[in-house]
Amino acid sequence: MSPDLLKLIFGRLGLESLPLHEPIVVGTFVVVALGGAALLGGLTYFRLWGYLWREWFTTVDHKRIGIMYMILGIVMLLRGFADALMMRGQQMLAFGGSEGYLNAHHYDQVFTAHGVIMIFFVAMPLVTGLMNYVVPLQIGARDVSFPFLNNFSFWMTVGGAVLVMASLFIGEFARTGWLAYPPLSNIGYSPDVGVDYYIWALQVAGVGTTLSGINLICTIVKLRCPGMTMMKMPVFTWTSLCTNILIVASFPVLTVVLALLSLDRYVGTNFFTNDFGGSPMMYVNLIWIWGHPEVYILVLPAFGIFSEVTSTFSGKRLFGYTSMVYATVVITILSYLVWLHHFFTMGSGASVNSFFGITTMIISIPTGAKMFNWLFTMYRGRIRYELPMMWTIAFMLTFVVGGMTGVLLAVPPADFVLHNSLFLIAHFHNVIIGGVVFGAFAGINYWFPKAFGFKLDVFWGKLSFWFWVVGFYLAFMPLYVLGLMGVTRRLRVFDDPSLQIWFVIAAIGAFLVFLGILSMLMQFAVSLLKREQLKDVTGDPWDARTLEWATSSPPPDYNFAFTPVVHDNDAWWDMKKRGYQRPLTGFKPIHMPSSTGTGVILAGLATAMGFGLIWYIWWLAAASFLAMLVVGIGHTFNYHRDFDIPAEDVIRTEDARTKLLAGAK
Amino acid sequence: MTVAVNPTQTGEPLFYLADEHPHPEGYSTSLGFWIYLMSDCLIFAMLFAAFGVLGANYAAGPAPKDLFDLDLVAVNTSMLLLSSITYGFAMLAMQQNKIGQTQIWLAITGLFGAAFIGIELTEFAHMIHEGATPQRSAFLSAFFTLVGTHGLHVSCGLIWLVTLMVQVGKFGLIEANRRRLMCLSMFWHFLDVVWIGVFTFVYLLGVLR
Amino acid sequence: MNTDTHAAHAGDHHHDDGHAHSTFSGYMLGFVLSVVLTAIPFWLVMSGALPSKQITALVIMAFAVVQIVVHMVYFLHMNAKSENGWTMMALIFTIVMVVIALSGSLWVMSHLNSNMMPIHQMSGMK
Repeated sequence: MSPDLLKLIFGRLGLESLPLHEPIVVGTFVVVALGGAALLGGLTYFRLWGYLWREWFTTVDHKRIGIMYMILGIVMLLRGFADALMMRGQQMLAFGGSEGYLNAHHYDQVFTAHGVIMIFFVAMPLVTGLMNYVVPLQIGARDVSFPFLNNFSFWMTVGGAVLVMASLFIGEFARTGWLAYPPLSNIGYSPDVGVDYYIWALQVAGVGTTLSGINLICTIVKLRCPGMTMMKMPVFTWTSLCTNILIVASFPVLTVVLALLSLDRYVGTNFFTNDFGGSPMMYVNLIWIWGHPEVYILVLPAFGIFSEVTSTFSGKRLFGYTSMVYATVVITILSYLVWLHHFFTMGSGASVNSFFGITTMIISIPTGAKMFNWLFTMYRGRIRYELPMMWTIAFMLTFVVGGMTGVLLAVPPADFVLHNSLFLIAHFHNVIIGGVVFGAFAGINYWFPKAFGFKLDVFWGKLSFWFWVVGFYLAFMPLYVLGLMGVTRRLRVFDDPSLQIWFVIAAIGAFLVFLGILSMLMQFAVSLLKREQLKDVTGDPWDARTLEWATSSPPPDYNFAFTPVVHDNDAWWDMKKRGYQRPLTGFKPIHMPSSTGTGVILAGLATAMGFGLIWYIWWLAAASFLAMLVVGIGHTFNYHRDFDIPAEDVIRTEDARTKLLAGAK
Repeated sequence: MTVAVNPTQTGEPLFYLADEHPHPEGYSTSLGFWIYLMSDCLIFAMLFAAFGVLGANYAAGPAPKDLFDLDLVAVNTSMLLLSSITYGFAMLAMQQNKIGQTQIWLAITGLFGAAFIGIELTEFAHMIHEGATPQRSAFLSAFFTLVGTHGLHVSCGLIWLVTLMVQVGKFGLIEANRRRLMCLSMFWHFLDVVWIGVFTFVYLLGVLR
Repeated sequence: MNTDTHAAHAGDHHHDDGHAHSTFSGYMLGFVLSVVLTAIPFWLVMSGALPSKQITALVIMAFAVVQIVVHMVYFLHMNAKSENGWTMMALIFTIVMVVIALSGSLWVMSHLNSNMMPIHQMSGMK
């Protein structure tokens, strides 16, 4: 075939795009391919495809979508953590003239992929998954406001993850760092597909995130059960509301920045170039207008989880509910006023830097207030040290350290010394792992019995907990030291042999975290095997306080046979205290949304379009785009999107639960 | 959700609704669409920010004074404004359940919208012909992107409008179609609001500069 | 209780039908105001009627703000009551965010530009 024809069909994709010269990548590919083939083969052998498609892929049930988000997050955690281990290994070895085992080309992709994956495809899915699962239950709703949109959002997130994963084996990923600053990310310095993978993965996933944000805001505003006023909402619902407001108010900014960067790369405009009046500094400014709210998007739901867990396991009403709500709202607004602290050193001068330094310090006040609220909730409480509570206490200790180093970094003169050093790396891992990851794990351990009807195994859970916590401190405290000594981030080789010991300690820490992750996987496996022993039939295994525990575990498709009516902040606690009797008769048909495959198809087409754009396969991009338009418009011609669960089905489900409950007593 | 729940009325606290009415279809739609518009508003805000920061960087290329034809912009603005009022008439006809009138006003709205896009494309073609391409300077990059994004939104609105006309023709002014027409109405008027920003900050202030 | 629920749902339903109160005269008033508020700034700029550019700029920006409010009220039917005030709340929040992001970007970038101007361009600065 002529080269022109090849180019028309495959764009710039060719055999040389496959990283066959990288033994590590080839090895990974072999493992992934074998594992994937085994998985697909297994699914086919056990004839699970139909079941998966009908019950999971096309579902609009917020609970199942929530679980799928969690699975996505955990799978991507393995990938992101593999990158982390590789970096720790490289930095531990590359001393005394050794080049380590990663070449620069590969190493730069590893640290970029690590950041992108951990933020967008681990933390975001975990947080979104928990919100999706828990919020409708906590507010006594049957589903989210826009169930189809929810399914579509999830698959768009998956589409983004697929593009990132594809970059591992087809072509390469960005070598720019996780925010892809120009001019490095401009076409002149990054002519390859890496940055394009980055752009389109985030754009595809970003659409999903924004829509899911709109969806959850509407759900919380419109679908609360009777009696649940704003100030009677559970704190997790409050933090979810604020998080989703932040999502809707910040992800459009990311969309614009990436769109402008792609215009620079594809069309040759001059937004962020060095020539023709472009300004790379504008990119940094714009992307941090999204970037700073993003960290609060991640951590606010974690704060909500800790609030629920603390009050449940202390057996007390949350201390200072009102102040907690106001602190959350204040953080929501303030998170928009601090973005410049990410680039104090770019040279905006004393007035600008002091403004943003001061706003940054102010934001620690509401956060501190929250910390005291949790402490006072525990004070004189009857604390049960179950796994969620352990994660919460680890969070409180760890996050305070992270917060303090954050306040240090908020002082512009100090930031001039510490900027871009390993001190910064230690700081944000300190708050993200200590806050978001510990929060997600607390949430997983807390709500797992709700989602599956049995508790998680305690032994493996504790093992995982201690590996994680000890590993975390071993891995990141040395980075504080190194950062103070002036070691900058993203270095591949080192000259000064006296630094090596710190990197060795950090690598040991990372290995312990690795054991923590393995223990967590073991915890899931063991719990699944021991599910009869760990079974919870009451639906309320922790003697908890909010509405999600009022229904069975796992909840029926319709969540609640009758919409609850709420009189108190701790609605379920109030119901238990006042002798609530579960209704046994009078069931009616329940109106529910029907499943649809449109979300999967649209997201698949969007992913294909992204792939076409990345590789300059224009026909693929155009065809996918047109197909999306057709499928999307076609979907609007379907006016029948709901059905009724017949009363008999409701009666059957509820009677089964009545029997179970009677058996438990 | 302001259902009056008064436990003392019946003596026993009430913990569930025995007789429940599901939320009407599309119960959250207008709020959801409004929030979407707010997020879209932020997209435009960022493009305005890019234009505000980069809009004076001509890189020795053409400046707004050399490029903008205010007469044409005024005509274009009137197209959009007229389409806004005709969409309003379509909504009034919809309220009175007059399918024919609704369709006619929608069609007229579409024509004004198409005229707007046509004029804008002519303007773009003229500028590019003169060498004022998006690649020429940061000012032109920001200009084409901001105005182009607005134009893209109007084009999407047109596709949506045609789809809705087909659906109204096929299924009548049923509740779902009314809701959709209302969403498009919000979208359409929102684009007009954005255009106020565009003609003021880009064109008028540009020529003043 | 039952009647309460009925009433609440009926009320909600009424709110949802946001255009129930849109009228011909409302649209026409909005349209006429918009035409006037568009024509004046165009005329001001095209004729140069005002003595200084600064004043003209301020005046046309003021007109834009007023026209945006007119559109919001007469075309988008904004009021503090629809959706229990949530649309208004969302709008106010968005305006705050837009103001912060826009003014912040302009402020930050102007400082960056003046502080980080490459040396060879310094001489050319006005």
